[in-house]
Amino acid sequence: MSVSSDDATPRHLRDKYAIVGVGETPYLRFGGRTTRQMGVEAVRNAMADAGLGKDDVDGMLSYSVMDSTMSPVIGSDLGLRLNFYMDVIGGGSSTEAILGLAIGAIETGMCKTVALFRSMNGATGVRMGGTGRGAPRISSEQLFGAPYGYTSPAQYFSPTFMRHMYEYGTTAEQVAHVKVFHSWGASCNPKAVYSHRVTVEDVIESRPITRPLHLLDCCVETDNATCIIVTTAERAADLRQRPARVLSVVGRCSKPRMDDHYQAGPITRVAGHYAKEILWPNAGVGPEDVDVTGSYDAFTFTTLLQLEDYGFCKKGEGGDYVSDGTIGLGGRRPNNTSGGHLCEGYTHGMSMVIENVRQLRGEVDDYCPVDSRGIRQHTYDYSAGGCRQVRDAEVTANLGWATPGTGSALVMRRG
Amino acid sequence: MPLQGEYLGMELFVPDEGVEHKKFFEYCGRGDFRLQRWKSNGLLSYPPSTGNPWDGTTEHDWESVEAKGNVMSYVEVPHAIIPALREHSPYLVLLVELDVQRGEPSEHEALRVIGNLVTPDGDLAPPDLVDRVGIGSRVRMVFRRVGEGFALPQWTLDETADQPKPWRYVEGSGP
Repeated sequence: MSVSSDDATPRHLRDKYAIVGVGETPYLRFGGRTTRQMGVEAVRNAMADAGLGKDDVDGMLSYSVMDSTMSPVIGSDLGLRLNFYMDVIGGGSSTEAILGLAIGAIETGMCKTVALFRSMNGATGVRMGGTGRGAPRISSEQLFGAPYGYTSPAQYFSPTFMRHMYEYGTTAEQVAHVKVFHSWGASCNPKAVYSHRVTVEDVIESRPITRPLHLLDCCVETDNATCIIVTTAERAADLRQRPARVLSVVGRCSKPRMDDHYQAGPITRVAGHYAKEILWPNAGVGPEDVDVTGSYDAFTFTTLLQLEDYGFCKKGEGGDYVSDGTIGLGGRRPNNTSGGHLCEGYTHGMSMVIENVRQLRGEVDDYCPVDSRGIRQHTYDYSAGGCRQVRDAEVTANLGWATPGTGSALVMRRG
Repeated sequence: MPLQGEYLGMELFVPDEGVEHKKFFEYCGRGDFRLQRWKSNGLLSYPPSTGNPWDGTTEHDWESVEAKGNVMSYVEVPHAIIPALREHSPYLVLLVELDVQRGEPSEHEALRVIGNLVTPDGDLAPPDLVDRVGIGSRVRMVFRRVGEGFALPQWTLDETADQPKPWRYVEGSGP
């Protein structure tokens, strides 16, 4: 029996699930706490945000690069009895992927409501790319990177962007605007580690890390935990917050052969080129319908490459797209209004989903005045220390990055 | 016997059971750059793998490959993580596209092999050499011995080639 492509894609799940609670710890350069302590705090905050008690959350999912505390430990600290849990290996791009797994777990009847968390001492614990301390034994697959001083994400992602500059004439100044515009959001976000606004010159004049990257092209590694809670739209209706409905999710979609060694090419193409073929048809919307993006900014250029390959602009025109004002507060489609990983803190992607959930609720602001009924009145004045709520935000897209060859994505709408 | 080596303070190791990696580096140890040629489709692949990356078949032979090509992309690292690399910074990591099998089996595919820019003797390149290499540079492979019968492939400028003016990233401004 043949199945049409329309039947084979799970569009019937569109709108059926929602993120109902979000929470986090502070983002700190030196947190001084265990991943257990931080994880418990983030999940507790998200449960309180959703109005869920200990008997209401029966599923947990987390991800880590073996640098965290497993979900049964966190769940037990919160008095939960779990019907489902899983702790998966991975960093960036895991948030959207495990959201899809959580929806699957609920859909199969294994559990009803799932808390997803990431807890990491990203500054003081495991560092991405290592520290150079100790003398590790390098074997097998590692021999095709480590002996060449080609180990950190900055080192092994950057050939893509260097080639982009060569092929399309993209400039360091253009991509520096990603940091500039994210810093605008951060300046309106009291949670941000780097809350001051920076200029293109600040980025270009910061010290080189891996050419073509300067220090300010790189994200700020921090200690923190983050959590989102997903359940059915039906249950969401009885909960405290306006739900953020899931329109579509893509999990760790990859280029041919993962392209870890850039054999498939073109090397300026990232996994979003493939992920978008799942993301947009399943969501029933396209890039032009999106009001706010949350594009993974491990580096300034990872945001640029993803925005191109998900179709927010033409391939090769990302330099213009990220520098012409579109992605800044007050622009046509702001990106990472919290400041993202470049400014707010580094959580392997989950913080950008939290920010967009709050955008869809219309409650993302921290500094705007509260009226006599306790309702925040957005000023839409986007100067430093002001508003970061995007006016009438109805649809958001999160673009998660693991490597150039693997990515995940999520489209949500205001419930 | 497993392959054991030492390079810039790093311990390098290939266990016996890592058959494909062991063969690759043993050939390198003899100054012979060999890749797997898959019987099902006649294509070469890099890096070594257990299965044919195009179709999952396993039948293959190891074949000597002319290791010349041009720099397709690169990064320049002034801020080394590995302590022993700091005295050689800035160093270049080159992504080299081999002439062999370029554009096969489809337009954007190629054998792309990473390595550092080194001198013809296999030492990491000094600053004046680093400044002369960029996208488009013609390079050839040299082998850096790291242990008994064990060598790492590296890249050096091909003295016999007509060198095009390479494209270089210029600090603080675009091309």
